[in-house]
Amino acid sequence: MSKVSVANDPRDRGGAGTPLLDVRGLVKHFGGKGGLFGRSGSVVRAVDGIDFSVAKGETLGIVGESGCGKSTTARLVMQIIKPDAGDILFDGEAVGSAALDLKAFRRQVQMVFQDSYASLNPRLTVEDTVAFGPRIHGASTAASIAKAHDLLHSVGLEPRRFAGRYPHEISGGQRQRVNIARALSLDPRLLILDEAVSALDKSVEAQVLNLLLDLKRDFGLTYMFITHDLNVVRFMSDRIMVMYLGKVVEVGPSEPIFEKPGHPYTAALLSSMPSVDPDNLTEEAPLTGDPPNPINPPSGCRFHPRCRMASTLCSHAEPELAEASPQHLAACHLVGPQSGHPRLAAA
Amino acid sequence: MNSTLPPIVEARDLTVDFAAGRGMIRAVRGVDLSLKPAETLALLGESGSGKSVTLRALMRLHPKSAKIGGTIQVDDADVLALAPSALRAYRGKTVSMIFQDPSLAFDPVYRIGDQIAETVMRHEGASRAEGRKRALELFERVRIPSPERRLDNFPHEMSGGMRQRAMIALALACRPKVLLADEPTTALDATVQIQVLLLLRELQREFGLAIVFVTHDIGVAVEIADRIAVMYAGCIVESGTCRDVIRNPSHPYTRGLLSSRAHGTLGKDERLKAIPGSPPDLSAPPPGCAFGPRCEHFIDSCAADIPPNVPVDSLHSARCFRIGSSPPPHPRRARHGSNA
Amino acid sequence: MSAIDAGAIVTVNPVRSEGYWSSVGRRLVRDPVAMLALALILLIVLAAIFAPYIAPADPFRGSMVRRLRPIGTPGYPLGTDELGRDLLSRLIYGGRLSLFMGVTPVLLAFMVGSSIGIFAAYVGGWVNTVVMRVIDVFFAFPSVLLAIALSGALGAGILNSIVSLTVVFVPQIARIAESVTTQTRNRDFVEAARISGARTLTIVRVHVLGNVLGPIFVYATSLISVSMILSSGLSFLGLGVKPPEPEWGLMLNTLRTAIYSQPLVAALPGAMIFITSISFNLFSDGLRGAMEVRQ
Repeated sequence: MSKVSVANDPRDRGGAGTPLLDVRGLVKHFGGKGGLFGRSGSVVRAVDGIDFSVAKGETLGIVGESGCGKSTTARLVMQIIKPDAGDILFDGEAVGSAALDLKAFRRQVQMVFQDSYASLNPRLTVEDTVAFGPRIHGASTAASIAKAHDLLHSVGLEPRRFAGRYPHEISGGQRQRVNIARALSLDPRLLILDEAVSALDKSVEAQVLNLLLDLKRDFGLTYMFITHDLNVVRFMSDRIMVMYLGKVVEVGPSEPIFEKPGHPYTAALLSSMPSVDPDNLTEEAPLTGDPPNPINPPSGCRFHPRCRMASTLCSHAEPELAEASPQHLAACHLVGPQSGHPRLAAA
Repeated sequence: MNSTLPPIVEARDLTVDFAAGRGMIRAVRGVDLSLKPAETLALLGESGSGKSVTLRALMRLHPKSAKIGGTIQVDDADVLALAPSALRAYRGKTVSMIFQDPSLAFDPVYRIGDQIAETVMRHEGASRAEGRKRALELFERVRIPSPERRLDNFPHEMSGGMRQRAMIALALACRPKVLLADEPTTALDATVQIQVLLLLRELQREFGLAIVFVTHDIGVAVEIADRIAVMYAGCIVESGTCRDVIRNPSHPYTRGLLSSRAHGTLGKDERLKAIPGSPPDLSAPPPGCAFGPRCEHFIDSCAADIPPNVPVDSLHSARCFRIGSSPPPHPRRARHGSNA
Repeated sequence: MSAIDAGAIVTVNPVRSEGYWSSVGRRLVRDPVAMLALALILLIVLAAIFAPYIAPADPFRGSMVRRLRPIGTPGYPLGTDELGRDLLSRLIYGGRLSLFMGVTPVLLAFMVGSSIGIFAAYVGGWVNTVVMRVIDVFFAFPSVLLAIALSGALGAGILNSIVSLTVVFVPQIARIAESVTTQTRNRDFVEAARISGARTLTIVRVHVLGNVLGPIFVYATSLISVSMILSSGLSFLGLGVKPPEPEWGLMLNTLRTAIYSQPLVAALPGAMIFITSISFNLFSDGLRGAMEVRQ
């Protein structure tokens, strides 16, 4: 397999300094106005104005609890659902513009879903599933089958044994390898992994994570890695973005986020991880109650009703992302030096 | 833990077979377990390891087509021999269960408070008012906010974490002695999971409950359990106190699980120490040690016989031929980073 | 990667697994009830096709002197009808029209109804809403009444019966097709095909049809029995096949005067309708069972 690296990718347009993916002001609300007989009801603010970028060759981990908008973000980037507002730039070009139409964009961005079974057509063999992409993009039958076999080999499935099988005949881990091979069949530059290992058993999960790291190196890929598992995201990611109720609350390189989180929500998330040390069990839950519903989110900082540090300021002024340490931003009044949060004055 | 008390749950050589097509799925293949009052045992294993099947066997929840062998004693009752009426009393009053999916426990068309009151009335012959009162106490106990109002909720009107608390309240309605928990926190968000785990720990102390807690997550097992039993392919391969199993894992599978965990950051070219391969097909389990084909310490006798339960320590044992013999050779780890 | 998978202990099966339909066939063959039903259907179909070679007598030639003979009369094993025609021969010939009237409307409705349903579901949005509301209007009428009203309006005759029965079945099949397709189009694998840049028609052909036609087909086979009964009913009311053509529903009608003199003979056409329609139903049940994909 010829090695592609991010640096010498012939498809590179903007150069190393241009992020591969640049998302600005992305908004998606669900509900509100319905169809012909739709009711105008409550609006779910699934993604409510987020900006982020993914540099070439890096892995951006996105974490957050249910309802934080991480999967919606993936679907918006993938153009599976249309955003209400916001721009998505891929390698410097706006998606859908004359320079980068949808079809060209989709060749370069692919996605792996959480449910390995639902994301495979039960009527197609493994080989037909992987060959589908090249086929519809004009490769001959023989060429696309050959490509499928190459990819199956790359994801650790011996083509002779697996090419003719159906999804229900192979294990969950093997199915997810097929899904990865399918996603790679169009030679994408960006791979979005939406909880791609969450449904796997732990021993299989480790195999697939290793595989993903190998593939990233061998195919010169960039990852957007979405998960709720903090251990996994730390292992996989160069940078991490934490979402809460449709907003980005913290983003930055993995190490500072794990060592010295800037946002109280990130800190709570980290200390909610079960301990693996029998002599150091968790004594007190860092948060009470469930994550609130993204319908009618709280005013001000969306985290303030659950936050121990909250002051009256937090309930009416929404904090902006501010620098907590170099390249590390957090949206908390405790981070911005001039926010007027009472605890800042005390410190 | 009071070590002088007799066990409240004792299973010996438990086997569960399911008919599948022309063959048989041997889901549980000879499990021994015993649990004292006020003790928590975590059954830790991956999907298909037989952990949930074992749990359901303790409640006799299997379809008639399943063949259960061995013996199960719970609180002096021979569970596998209970007559239907005794079984109904046993379920709920001696032993009750909580699930990953609360919809298994609640009827969607009845108010949650009524369902709890109903259970109390049925098992204890209490009046409706007494039942409601118990339900309210329980809701307060599991810390559901504004409990009076919440009693009148339908299951779908509650958030995931609250439904899980309500299910715990329902399970405790008739003050059972044993609580069976089937991955009750797996579907919850991390910040909610830890709350439910701490609540269970607290309730266990307060009511002196014996808990069998099935999970696939080592961290969850450590947080909740006094003892851990690691299951693989229908057998308990290692059991011991939480500290023994985590600090001194003795079965190669347990060691593999612990070392394959993603934690901390690794260098650019480092890889996780994954266990190669996948678990065996239980319709045709290998003759010897089920983990043998994936094991880095494999020797010929592993393929011939199922290893006996070898004591590692007073309360710690593992099913492996290599224990007690020479210390296992230096692990010859597969080079996971190598690529085609 | 070989290092990772080296220890995989999956049993190595033949290189190519059996396809979906052959596994359905294998499971169907193991279902004795479905096989018995299929055998009965084949028997009746073959008898209808080869009627001229099998039937002992001319189904049209009657005789006033041997009317309404009982079952077991020498030369007339199943007796004779009210015009003295051999009932066995008429039952064999009658299968031709009865099966034709049972299967054709369902086949036509399967083609039209699944196209409408799949189209509506795949396009979605307001198109789907409009199409399905129109379908619901048809649904509001009981199928028997709708069939009679349409046949009455169009006039008696085989062609008109087929048209009216097709119209009765189209909404039912369209509705099933719409719901199965809606379920399928929201599955992740369809989404995955969309993000690989496939055109809608390709997605429908490769990913949707294979997963929806089976369930729709099973539903359609269960309608064959309804269609047979309805078409017999139309004939019984004089709205379908006209005498002297042999057709089970019509035979039931003309023999009803003999219900007191020769009840067994009079019941025979009804028994044929019953056996045939229940065979189609049992076969359809078996097919549905065999098509359930296990994970």
